Amino acid sequence: MSAVVVTGLEKAYRVFRKQSGWSGALRNLFHREYATVHAVQNVGFQIESDEIVAFLGPNGAGKTTTLKLLAGLIYPSAGTATVLGHVPWKREHAYRRRFSLVMGQKNQLWWDLPAQESFELHREIYRIESAQFTRRLDELTRLLEVGQLINQPVRELSLGERMRMELIAALLHDPEVLFLDEPTIGLDVVSQRKVQEFLRYYQAERKITVLLTSHYMKDVEALCRRAIIISRGQIRHDGPLGEILDRFSSHKLIQLQFANGTIPEDLAAFGKVVELKPPKVKLEVPRTRIPEVLSALLTRYAIEDVGVQERPLEEVIAEFFTSDDCTSAVPDTRAPKPEAR
Amino acid sequence: MISHAWRTNWFILKTSVAERLAYRADFVFATLVRFLPIVTQVFLWGAIYGTFDGQSQKSLNGYRYGDMVAYYLLVMLGRAFSSMPGLTNGIARDVRDGSIKKFLTQPIDLLDYLLWHRVAHKLVYYLMAAGPFALVFWMCRDFFPGWPDAPTLFAAVASLALSFLVGFYIESLMGLASFWYLEVSSLVFVYMLLNYFLSGHMLPLDWLPAPLSEAILYLPFKYLAYVPAAIVLGRYSPDALWRELLWEFLWVVALWRLNRWVLNRGLHRYSAYGG
Repeated sequence: MSAVVVTGLEKAYRVFRKQSGWSGALRNLFHREYATVHAVQNVGFQIESDEIVAFLGPNGAGKTTTLKLLAGLIYPSAGTATVLGHVPWKREHAYRRRFSLVMGQKNQLWWDLPAQESFELHREIYRIESAQFTRRLDELTRLLEVGQLINQPVRELSLGERMRMELIAALLHDPEVLFLDEPTIGLDVVSQRKVQEFLRYYQAERKITVLLTSHYMKDVEALCRRAIIISRGQIRHDGPLGEILDRFSSHKLIQLQFANGTIPEDLAAFGKVVELKPPKVKLEVPRTRIPEVLSALLTRYAIEDVGVQERPLEEVIAEFFTSDDCTSAVPDTRAPKPEAR
Repeated sequence: MISHAWRTNWFILKTSVAERLAYRADFVFATLVRFLPIVTQVFLWGAIYGTFDGQSQKSLNGYRYGDMVAYYLLVMLGRAFSSMPGLTNGIARDVRDGSIKKFLTQPIDLLDYLLWHRVAHKLVYYLMAAGPFALVFWMCRDFFPGWPDAPTLFAAVASLALSFLVGFYIESLMGLASFWYLEVSSLVFVYMLLNYFLSGHMLPLDWLPAPLSEAILYLPFKYLAYVPAAIVLGRYSPDALWRELLWEFLWVVALWRLNRWVLNRGLHRYSAYGG
């Protein structure tokens, strides 16, 4: 059953265009110019219960706007969405008790108080039964290894510790849907890994639906099997993570280790040399030419070891975000958009 | 259902008190510093009445020097209930930087939360200010006409409680304007100026000339300072007193309704700035 159903969702903002300089500021006093920004255009997707989906895109692509719509923070200009059967922007408490939104750059804990006090307030706000609250808090603090920190003022915690406390606050009421907006932003590698491991374990254990936005492909690779790519407010890809490589990466990497330790000078004829660490070399070769290039290399040179790899996902996605495919408009071939409910 | 809502409000109050006490030294200092204008104002009225030249029997618009000091002290007591330092700008800041999002994704009512957070602020303030207030009132005890009778005292307490709500809903209303105008500090400045004059903080409202004083009495600002003071000083007849309380209550209801309406409209145009 689909936990999240989004159809023809649109959000347009009217933004003030400020002219530069003194004269522009004066002109703006009497004549204000506005432009319409289409943050999200005709977005549609479905997420099944217990699925964990990556929502990827460059800055300003419409990821966070979509999350804000699904969390009921803003109203859409057109389109419909339901999460667990609720229309998010109706802002029903019954819906708010069933989901959580974690934003890596925003706190929901009380800054000057120990996290424990925020958790107890959450217990009341979300009406969590006392024994269940104690059990869940014990479990979450154990899993996130912050048990000894919950009585320390939040302001005294490190960013990584704070983020783990934020996750506890978000999960105490046992949400069925979790929206994660850059949960590992600014964290060091160790904290990132802890958050990733926790999310992977927690999702597998509780079978919750997760929609994750992140610029760290390691988060995405560690957690998600499906990715939705959005750019300029429109969805460009929706499918298995592995398909991104097939679809957007026209090249693969051939890794070679030469037997005599010397690197031939004419390797550029076979592909682009992307890494040179004698006796090892990495060549970037068009997918379609892999068999032909491999055969030629093995015939011509004494090669001790060989391997074919996909390019790193991060690199492929970064390349796609800056490509014409991503930045140019996509023709709208979908059904007519329904009005916002 | 209702009991649960009260339980949640109680927890908001408890947590907010704990938060307020986190910076208690700063809070004590700020509270004490606020008593300095009281002292200077008492001296200022002394100079106006010529008390330092032995002419303390002079009367201005029916107020002698002692009446004026008593009025001013009671006005300050009223302000202790009705002023809401930081409320408007706090709401505007939360809207601007996106901190308000947490209240819009949790099963909690934003206005109720702000109200109980403010009650906590006031409780901690009274805890800190009770001693200094008692001292000042004791030192100036000869200026008061004596303890009011029980109904007047009850009316004064009710008026102070309602003045808290009037002050809260006026300032939260200005804060909610930040859904349209992100920066509201100029609005706060204009409001403070008007409030100083229209609430009776600067002068008793019955000092103003007839058309102006009559117009001002139709506004809610008089409940922020003048009305509680005038009740304690016995300036209302019993009938007028209960009528005034009823109007004050109706203003609270009207402002609450207006807050709800503006919040609803504001959330419709909210863009959830700040990431």
